[in-house]
Amino acid sequence: MHTFKGFVTKEFYHIFRDKRSMLILFGMPIIQLILFGFAIRNELTQAHIAVLDHSKDAVTRELIHKIDASKYFTVSDELQNADQIKPAFQRGKIKEVIVLEPHFSRTLRRDGQAHVQLVTDATDPNMAQMVSEYTQAIISDYQQSLDQPGIIQAETMIPKTVMLFNPQLKSVNLFVPGLIAVILMLISALMTSISITREKEMGTMEVLLVSPLKPYQIIVGKVIPYMVLSLVNVLTVLILARTIFGVPFRGSFVLFMFEALLFILTALSLGLFISTISNNQQTAMMVSLAGLLLPTVILSGFIFPISSMPWILQMLSRIIPARWFLVIVRGIMLKGIGLQYLWKETLILGGMTLFFIVLSVRNFKIRLD
Amino acid sequence: MRTIRFLLQKEFLQIFRNKGMLPIIFVMPVVQLIILSNAATFELNKVNFYLVDHNHSTTSQELVSHFESTGYFKLNGYSQSVDDGIQSILAGRDEMVLTIPPNFERDLKARKHADLQLIINGVDGSIANLILSYSQSIIGKYNASIQPTVRQLDVNHNVGQINVQSVNWYNPELNYINYMVPGILVVLVTMIGMFLSGMNIVREREIGTIEQLNVTPIKRYQFITGKLLPFWIIGLFEMAFGLGIARWGFGIPFVGSFWLVMLITAIYLLAVQGLGLLISTMTDTQQQAMFIAWFISVVFILMGGLFTPIESMPIWAQRLTWINPIAYFIEIMRMVLLKGAGIKDIWELTTALLVMAGIVLTLAISRYRKASV
Repeated sequence: MHTFKGFVTKEFYHIFRDKRSMLILFGMPIIQLILFGFAIRNELTQAHIAVLDHSKDAVTRELIHKIDASKYFTVSDELQNADQIKPAFQRGKIKEVIVLEPHFSRTLRRDGQAHVQLVTDATDPNMAQMVSEYTQAIISDYQQSLDQPGIIQAETMIPKTVMLFNPQLKSVNLFVPGLIAVILMLISALMTSISITREKEMGTMEVLLVSPLKPYQIIVGKVIPYMVLSLVNVLTVLILARTIFGVPFRGSFVLFMFEALLFILTALSLGLFISTISNNQQTAMMVSLAGLLLPTVILSGFIFPISSMPWILQMLSRIIPARWFLVIVRGIMLKGIGLQYLWKETLILGGMTLFFIVLSVRNFKIRLD
Repeated sequence: MRTIRFLLQKEFLQIFRNKGMLPIIFVMPVVQLIILSNAATFELNKVNFYLVDHNHSTTSQELVSHFESTGYFKLNGYSQSVDDGIQSILAGRDEMVLTIPPNFERDLKARKHADLQLIINGVDGSIANLILSYSQSIIGKYNASIQPTVRQLDVNHNVGQINVQSVNWYNPELNYINYMVPGILVVLVTMIGMFLSGMNIVREREIGTIEQLNVTPIKRYQFITGKLLPFWIIGLFEMAFGLGIARWGFGIPFVGSFWLVMLITAIYLLAVQGLGLLISTMTDTQQQAMFIAWFISVVFILMGGLFTPIESMPIWAQRLTWINPIAYFIEIMRMVLLKGAGIKDIWELTTALLVMAGIVLTLAISRYRKASV
């Protein structure tokens, strides 16, 4: 036991001595949280658009003014003919061109209808869709202001909407749980796998293996510091998320810590497994990056909703631990639900952990070849 | 020149002797392209909803079948209690509860308007927004179909209708994959450029073989050229390979010039390799170097407009993209590949990349010392 304590202390020294890594280890979650909280959004604000107004009369001017005045658009260019649309898009700034037909207000009055064409730059399909929907909404708003009052009231049903758990639909509420998963993966899995492979690559693993420490003690000793670091980081992110962004925490804190520990164990066992199959740090790093971090970011539902993915990827996402952890954390933090809803996800995580521990133990070689 | 040639030979031997390297070069791009481009989408797929119909009338049934017939919504359960619906949202089975009040049909006929309630799971804001706007448009269409055609009745009192018609250029089917692929290629060459070439030098330092190189008569520029050039070539190859897969594997219609893309890639690679080199001059172990490189690239990628548009960010964050090479390169790639922009459309962005590459490389080379401290 005494030897073991000494070993763990040595590991802690190793990590804390490296000031630069420590700075990043603690700085990164904070910076990422701030980025996700403030900078990364999907909403439309002040998109640059251009108009190609063939008639330039009172109605079109009013309509353009109304669009320009909305917080979604800035009319930053007036085109003279249709040939200018292509270069405008190719320069990149303009997202949409609104084309108004000649003699707009006269046609509107005489024929009862006039035409507006919205040409969008659909290289970014999401953006194009949003831009065109918002423009249509503004135009139909304008249309209603044109209509005289007193026409027959039509039968209409009016939907009243309640947004559960996240009434303002703030994206940071969604990102914080995902961020916790990514940080835990990064520190627990990536750092562990690299630090063990490092001992192998440098040849110091041999020294450890011939020491009176048992193999499992070496592994546990390697893993403990990263576990502590992960927990500290999770708490930092939680506190910041609550104080700066007001992210709610509705469920049980004890349950949350238990699940976080479980996920850390899963990540550590994965890191361990990777270190048993790779011989140098570069391989360990590439395997961790491609096999753990990318899936955690892309396939877990962190940024992109799983339900939008093709069937095959939805199936693939089931073997990614972070996916289940995200369901749990979002459930606890945002929905405030307990174990009676989350037992299935918890069991899956537990099963995965066990699987990888068994696999790594079987793969762990106490002799060098 | 001869020295550099030998150095290059040594580097290439080392790279390809590493068994892990070939999969990284050939398999990673394919996997990344397939997974990233398919996973990174915000489109709405089948959403399960829960129905609480207190009305049980023809109108309410018609409304529900309108929801189902769009293909976006799937009726997953129903009962007479809203609480049951909320329970099913809590359990993650459903995303929305549609509640139709008891007097729905009567109100609609008599008072000309009736209320409906949509309870939406707001945990994922972007999905919730989609669900809301799809539901609203379904209800709006249903409204339009049941009301008498007002405008025909009333054409004389009316000012007239503005007809809006929408055209989507460059990507008429709004195919999200087309948009993602150029960005993913950028991530790909960034990983090759920044991670591998940066890591390579730290590795020599960590293992101690850099001492051996330092005592040889190799000049500083020769050493650095020998380290950068192999991954520069691999990066360029990677880009061509990725473009090929995207073009013929995915059938993405690229309209821009291939050689222009390669030219910009060559410049961009210099900038990120410079960054990798700079990181490696500041670190002692691969773990450190990897950590810093990972951190920088995550920030650059997230802020670079790959997943979320730069225009949506607050102004201060948009300013930060001025020093972000990934942001420039992603924009150039999309402009050239998807819109067919030429050199005169992108020369400003390209110049920015060139300047960046110059600064970073100079900084990295001047920081590199042959003497060990």
